[in-house]
Amino acid sequence: MALVVAPEFPMTNWFAAFDQQLRSAADFFADRPVVADLAATLEEGGPEALLIVLDGLEARNLRLVGVEGVDAALLAGTRWERLPKALHGRDLALEARSDPSPPPEAAPSPPSLLIDRPVRSGQSIVFEDGDVTIVGPVSSGAEVMAGGSIHVYGSLRGRAIAGLKTGAAARIFCRKLEAELVGVGQLYRTAEHWGAALHGRPVQVLCDRGALRLSPFD
Amino acid sequence: MCCMSKVMVVTSGKGGVGKTTSSASLGAALAQAGQNVVVVDFDVGLRNLDLVMGAERRVVFDLVNVVQGDAKLPQALIRDKRIETLSLLPASQTRDKDALTEEGVARVIDELRERFDWIICDSPAGIEKGAMLAMRFADLAVVVANPEVSSVRDSDRIIGMLDSKTQRAENGDRLEKHLLLTRYDAGRAARGEMMKVEDVLEILAIPLLGIVVESPDVLTASNMGSPITLHNPASAAARAYTDAARRLLGEDVAVSAPPQRQGFISRLFGRKAAAA
Repeated sequence: MALVVAPEFPMTNWFAAFDQQLRSAADFFADRPVVADLAATLEEGGPEALLIVLDGLEARNLRLVGVEGVDAALLAGTRWERLPKALHGRDLALEARSDPSPPPEAAPSPPSLLIDRPVRSGQSIVFEDGDVTIVGPVSSGAEVMAGGSIHVYGSLRGRAIAGLKTGAAARIFCRKLEAELVGVGQLYRTAEHWGAALHGRPVQVLCDRGALRLSPFD
Repeated sequence: MCCMSKVMVVTSGKGGVGKTTSSASLGAALAQAGQNVVVVDFDVGLRNLDLVMGAERRVVFDLVNVVQGDAKLPQALIRDKRIETLSLLPASQTRDKDALTEEGVARVIDELRERFDWIICDSPAGIEKGAMLAMRFADLAVVVANPEVSSVRDSDRIIGMLDSKTQRAENGDRLEKHLLLTRYDAGRAARGEMMKVEDVLEILAIPLLGIVVESPDVLTASNMGSPITLHNPASAAARAYTDAARRLLGEDVAVSAPPQRQGFISRLFGRKAAAA
């Protein structure tokens, strides 16, 4: 799953905060594709700033797979030229291609995925199309990623990242919070940030005014 | 006839939890119950089962020889001197896991199925080729775990692989999985120094085959080259393995909670607390 990073001015502060995040949760970014949203960079810093910011991201060993928020022409002639641009389908060349009529026989992909067995350590469930419901535990060392919300009827001991598609609207629900990491949209937290008070309790995780909130049900 | 036999992998992910000891002890206990049993050492390059079963001076050919077609199966099988129905197929110490091939292992397992009721595959630690081949053709699995977090997490990983990487799983068949909790110390668990049985069961969510208490008897038996069910049948560990074997044979034996070994003082205090 690609993560989107959106650098903002002042860049020194943004990169310092970003480095802090990288240090506290290096695993989170490990081997994960990253897309840079450069709209803010372009607006305030102009086209030269784009290259500096991309260099800065690359220097942090991120797997940059694309940029968005900028016109493709701005990167033409630079070494970033070949990164896919404007991932939201604004690429004219693609739109111009004649579209064969969609196969009507293909069943629409289900909006949710139900897993009624434990998700074991080392297993990874990725479902970009919608919600994931798990009847059973998610083990330490397992991960679940969903386009929408994640429901765990059991202990959540591994990591769960919701909202790959729906962003901040997604939530994570679990019957027993013992997770290593939870994330919604672009926000995430590791276990050491929520402390012992919530450990083992039924909890929902949601985005509240730009911050991740964990609230118990009981 | 071949369908009657059962291929059972003894696996754990983590090393040093008691796979080989348990393979030998379960094998001996099943054989003592009259079953025809072979224990196969899949730990090519680090073989130990021959030592634990006291057959190290009788190894001529091994699993790799048979897999590669350099020896016939009967040449490599070593029959136990104490129990007639127990045999060992040793691993090679001078080779590595790459000497095993899936086709070769499949052929050996098929051949073993014709001769034995139980084929016990003693898996190497890890999740690489050796462990994958040991579980590949299993009908059921015994997952050995110690009551500590690292062992439990590794076992959890192995259970996931049993559910996806075995031939049964790929064919959509069910693979029975049982938990054997070894090196358990009730006293330490009660003091919170070890995980409790309930905690391990909650995480792994598979049925409990038995609890083997931590005991010097087990190590002594291993060093004597004798499975504990033969060496010291009255010990708590031997009884745990014997009961586990009976459960594998379909008997309904309740898993007895391991007694907390109590000293005189704690007995005294325990009674006082109960009276109060």
